[in-house]
Amino acid sequence: MKNLVILGAGTGGTMMANHLHHHLHSPDWRITIIDERQEHHYQPGYLFLPFDVYSPDDIVKSIKEFIPEDVHLVQQKILRIAPTENKIYLESGNEILYDVLIVATGAKIAPEETEGMRGAEWHKSVFDFYTFEGALALRDKLRDWQGGKLVVHITEMPIKCPVAPLEFAFLADSFFTQKQMRDKVEITYVTPLSGAFTKPKATEALEHLLKEKNIHIESDFAIEQVDNTTKEIVDYGGRRIPFDILVTVPTNKGDELMARSGMGDDLNYIPTDKATLRAKNYENIFVLGDASNIPASKAGSVTHFEAEILTENILRFVHGEPLKEEFDGHANCFIETGNGKALLIDFNYTHEPVEGSFPFQGIGPLRLLKESRMNHMGKLAFRWIYWNVLLKGTHIPFVPATMPVPKQQ
Amino acid sequence: MEKLIAGKSVAVNEEGYLTDFSQWDKSIAEELAHEAGISLSPRHWEVLTYLQNEHQNQVALSIRRIGKSNFVDIKEFYQLFPTAPLKTATKIAGIPKPVSCI
Repeated sequence: MKNLVILGAGTGGTMMANHLHHHLHSPDWRITIIDERQEHHYQPGYLFLPFDVYSPDDIVKSIKEFIPEDVHLVQQKILRIAPTENKIYLESGNEILYDVLIVATGAKIAPEETEGMRGAEWHKSVFDFYTFEGALALRDKLRDWQGGKLVVHITEMPIKCPVAPLEFAFLADSFFTQKQMRDKVEITYVTPLSGAFTKPKATEALEHLLKEKNIHIESDFAIEQVDNTTKEIVDYGGRRIPFDILVTVPTNKGDELMARSGMGDDLNYIPTDKATLRAKNYENIFVLGDASNIPASKAGSVTHFEAEILTENILRFVHGEPLKEEFDGHANCFIETGNGKALLIDFNYTHEPVEGSFPFQGIGPLRLLKESRMNHMGKLAFRWIYWNVLLKGTHIPFVPATMPVPKQQ
Repeated sequence: MEKLIAGKSVAVNEEGYLTDFSQWDKSIAEELAHEAGISLSPRHWEVLTYLQNEHQNQVALSIRRIGKSNFVDIKEFYQLFPTAPLKTATKIAGIPKPVSCI
C-alpha cells in the first residue's frame, strides 16, 4: 500500500482530501492528513468579526467534520519534514512515511518582524484582524470607541487576501457612518505599494472609491517601527503617521515548519513551479495555497482553483504521466465596499481585472469591477458555499479553474 | 516607447523604466537621477552596481532583501534615494521596477 500525506487541514488540505479519496483508496492507497489543531476557521469571516456582522459561531467548525471517513486524520504537531527520507517526524516521536506529499500549511502573521509592533500597545491600540484573537480584540475596542485617528496599514507584500485591508477601510467607513460618528473618525490607508492595489486597473477603481468615502491614502510607506510611546508608525524615510487605533496587517510568513525542515525561502514559503504546483526541489512534493512562493494571490479562491488542477496532476504523477502545466494564477475575489455593496474582480498571472459580468458574459448576475448589491449578496452567500460545497471538493458550476479570458473582453 | 535621455533615444515603458539594459550608460543614469532630484555620489554608484548585479543574478529585489544584504542597510538606502528608494534606484540603474507580489 502506498501513502499520500497531506500537511495542514485548512482550506487547501481539506479540499485535497475530499478530491483525492475518490481516486486513491484501499487496497492500493492510504491518505493521511496531519494538523495539530481542532478547529477549522473560515478565514474570510475574520474581516466581519470586528464590525459585529459575523459572530464566532459563524466562522468556526471542527476540522473532523470536513475530513472524509476513509482519510486518516492525525491531530499532532509536525516536528519536521525529511524530504530525502520521504518521512514526516511528529512531536510525539511517531514517524510517517510518504510516497507523495502535499504541503498545505498556509501563511501566518509575524508581527515580531517589525520593531515595536508586538509591543505594549498590542491588542490595546495596535490590532491585527488576520487572527481570531486579533479580530475579537478589535471588535471589543470598536464597540465603545469614541473616535479619533484610525490607521489601516499593510506592512509588506505578499499578504493573504491582498484586498482585505481595503475592505476593512471601506467597512469601517460604513460602520462609523451607521453609528452616526463618521465625522469623529479620520481614516487613513497606509500601503507599501505605490497605490491602492497591485494591478493598475483595479487600483484606479479602488482609489476612486477611497476618495468618495473620504479615506486618505498614504502610499510607498515602508514601515521601520511602531512607536508605542507617541502612537505613530514610522517609515525608513522618517515619515510618521499618528494613530489612535492602528489596524495593521503584519508581515506574512509561511509555517515555521519550513525553516525547521530547511525547505523554505526567507519568508518560509516553498519554492514551487507556478504552472504544475510541484515543489521545485522535490519530485514527489506538491504545494498548495499560501504555503508556496508562486506569484499568485494568497487567497482561498486561488487555492480552490489550484486544488482542481493539483488533483489532476497528482493522479498523473502516481500513474507515471507527465504533469500538466495548467495553473494560470486565477483569482476571483469579492471586495466589500461597505453600505451593503461589493465589487468582484477576476484576474490571473498575466491578465488584469476586467470589467464585465460573471460568470456569464453579458448576463452576470455578478458585475466585475463595479459596485453592486448583488456582489455583496454573493460575498455573504460564499460562506455557505465554503462550508457546504467548496471544502467538500464539489466543483462550483460555471466557475472554471483557469480564467475564462476571451469571455470578458 | 522611445524617450530621449542624455541625447540618446532609448526604449522605455510607460513608467519610464528602460526596457533594454544594453542601452543604459552612466550619462543616462545621471540624467534619470537628476530627474529624481538626486546627484550621484560614489556611494550611489556602488549601490546602483550592486542592484544591477543582483538583477543579473535573477534575485527578486525587495526592501526586505536589501535590509538583509549586508551591502547597504535600509536607512542608508533611504538617505541615498529618498521616498521610494527601490523604485527610484532601479529606474536609475536601468533595470525593471521590482514587481511586488499580488
